Amino acid sequence: MDLAFTKEEQAFREEVRSFFRDNVPPDTRRKLVEGRHLSKDEMVTWWRILNKKGWGVSHWPKEYGGTGWTAVQHYIFNEELQSYPAPQPLAFGVSMVGPVIYTFGNEEQKKKYLPRIANVDDWWCQGFSEPGSGSDLASLRTKAERKGDKWIINGQKTWTTLAQHADMIFCLCRTDANAKKQMGISFIVFSMHSKGVTVRPIQTIDGGHEVNEVFFDNVEVPIENLIGEENKGWDYAKFLLGNERTGIARVGVSKERLRRIRDLAGKVESGGKPIIQDASFREKLAACEIELKALELTQLRVVADEGKHGKGKPNPASSVLKIKGSEIQQTTTELLMEVIGPFAAPYDVHGDDGSNEAMDWTAQIAPSYFNNRKVSIYGGSNEIQRNIIAKAVLGL
Amino acid sequence: MDFDLTEEQRLLKDSIDGLLTDCYDFDSRKKYMQEKGGWSKAVWGKLAEQGLLGLPFSEADGGFGGGGVETMIVMEALGKALVLEPYLATVVIGGGFLRHAGTDAQKAAHVPGIVDGSKTLAFAQLEKNSRYDLFDVATTAKKKGDAYVIDGEKFVVLNGENADTLIVTARTKGNRRDTTGIGVFLVPADAKGVARKSYPTQDGLHAADITFTGVEVGSDAAIGNPEDSLALIERVVDEARIALCAEAVGLMDESLKTTVEYIKTRKQFGVAIGSFQSLQHRASDMFVAAEQARSMSMFATMAGDFEDARERSNAIAAAKVQIGKSLKFVGQQSIQLHGGIGMTMEAKIGHYFKRLTMIENTFGDTDYHQRRVADAGGLI
Repeated sequence: MDLAFTKEEQAFREEVRSFFRDNVPPDTRRKLVEGRHLSKDEMVTWWRILNKKGWGVSHWPKEYGGTGWTAVQHYIFNEELQSYPAPQPLAFGVSMVGPVIYTFGNEEQKKKYLPRIANVDDWWCQGFSEPGSGSDLASLRTKAERKGDKWIINGQKTWTTLAQHADMIFCLCRTDANAKKQMGISFIVFSMHSKGVTVRPIQTIDGGHEVNEVFFDNVEVPIENLIGEENKGWDYAKFLLGNERTGIARVGVSKERLRRIRDLAGKVESGGKPIIQDASFREKLAACEIELKALELTQLRVVADEGKHGKGKPNPASSVLKIKGSEIQQTTTELLMEVIGPFAAPYDVHGDDGSNEAMDWTAQIAPSYFNNRKVSIYGGSNEIQRNIIAKAVLGL
Repeated sequence: MDFDLTEEQRLLKDSIDGLLTDCYDFDSRKKYMQEKGGWSKAVWGKLAEQGLLGLPFSEADGGFGGGGVETMIVMEALGKALVLEPYLATVVIGGGFLRHAGTDAQKAAHVPGIVDGSKTLAFAQLEKNSRYDLFDVATTAKKKGDAYVIDGEKFVVLNGENADTLIVTARTKGNRRDTTGIGVFLVPADAKGVARKSYPTQDGLHAADITFTGVEVGSDAAIGNPEDSLALIERVVDEARIALCAEAVGLMDESLKTTVEYIKTRKQFGVAIGSFQSLQHRASDMFVAAEQARSMSMFATMAGDFEDARERSNAIAAAKVQIGKSLKFVGQQSIQLHGGIGMTMEAKIGHYFKRLTMIENTFGDTDYHQRRVADAGGLI
């Protein structure tokens, strides 16, 4: 057992850090620090810089453009990326559909889609959840019927993140209505610009527009857009959801936010002195930092385990990452609210593009707190995670 | 970055787990509690035979040169089996003082007896008003010619009832809460002027309140600098905290395992109560708490070797906070999920709960260490 990073790993961290320092557009970084949303252009610009460096799809196999890094190197890269902070790669393309395509897709599909995912020539979105299928995802009803050399798709998806930017969607569709619910689902990809696709924004409690409803009305999709085998889509969905086990803790994001809290708490006054000098606030902050340290170590245990024994057998500790990671993210946004106190109230009607200088640093703190309530809901709610631990780990 | 045990460490783990499986089930433990002193000399002898009592000492001193990870392995195993024998007091703490600051003569006089199991030690540190501050020492050691004369009272000295030698913190200079002027002294438990009042503790161990009245020891009784040993005390107590973290991880593992087994078999309303989601979620949260604790126990073990004392203490304080929070949750919920049977002396789960609870209040509780981390500027 040796919990220290090796010299090589430390040098790698320096390399990554200095690349970010030299290449992340300063305005992009500032907006992230302030909790603002980025424009599509800002994100794509950065992802192409990353892809040009060869780090756009770092965890993919080398033959498809990956780096061949060790599990620990991936960990370091992600942590540095999150805590710099710089925009993380577009998960829907890079972490979700990409691995499904290179694992289950045919040669033609790999050639067609993978390079475009890596360079974000296509913006991908995820068509999983439906109004009646949240935690019980396998009850989904969006239908794909085979008609000649086409799929005809009808139905509705929801909570589709950033679908307003999307060029492509990967979609779970029911292809066999008579099969047991998990058995009749297929994994189909198609253009969001197809006739019959309608995107309707959902405004969330933070006032932002991240998620959407997506409607399919007799959308025609070429037959070759099925990934893998017909009616095996549920297996690919499970593969996809289990693939990104360690990123979900978002340790780097929380670290960056804790640094910001400490910084603001040294400036904002309470009782005539900076709030950081208040013992009870300081202890709350320390408590959160300790929880985060424990989570970071838990994550490293999972990472080291994957590096050594492969991804095949999930480390039981990985179930902890989603629950604790989301709780800590929420606590950090709560602490930020506490620091700014009454200045949480003003609502920036101009939105969060940073154009309103008068609102500057406080503008996004309350919205970010509201927005972060989502992290214990998405990706399998924390209650679902507890079901998984009970069943898969404790055998209950 | 590597969390796996080496081949040798794995063998060590297997051997101590094997030994305790053979001789330390819950019924045997009850018998050991009835023996004189409240623990088993026979088991202690077996630990010695396997080399476990000499584990952390250097080979030159007659030990086996084990490091922090080896101690972690042993403490986790001792926790899992709810062991009564005084490993912490004798090997970790007593041994720690001798290893870090003992003279050759002191080591020659004490280490062989520890390693072969013939002698045990106890750390007389806590005072009426010192609570968790290690520098808060009212007991005095006054120089008298070549000797020191020790006067004062120490409380809840673990293994104080049985120890052959006491390691006593005492002030050679200055006032009660000064950080300098503190020494550490080896005092034979049967020295003139030592009076021990012994009692069992809540968790089934044994301790003593000890009064020192004009106890004379030679100048060779001082371990380290008799006028400035706070750093030494902090280092050894940090190692004790690390060991307690590991012991708590073992205790939590066994508590969770026992509780999950129980709710799988206990039936109400015609079904195993473990089929109810509210209980499943509680058990899942216990698992999360125990895993977070395990991570921080490993972190603390690693921190034991940090060169910077401030960084070391901060990391270990953070670990003690996480362990304290986790053990409280796992301990309390173990009882809750057992229901009425968890309230009885007869069931083993309550005894795990009690040991866990006592660990929280040993060498600094959760609030104490959280404040330390906060005042040190955090952990990020």
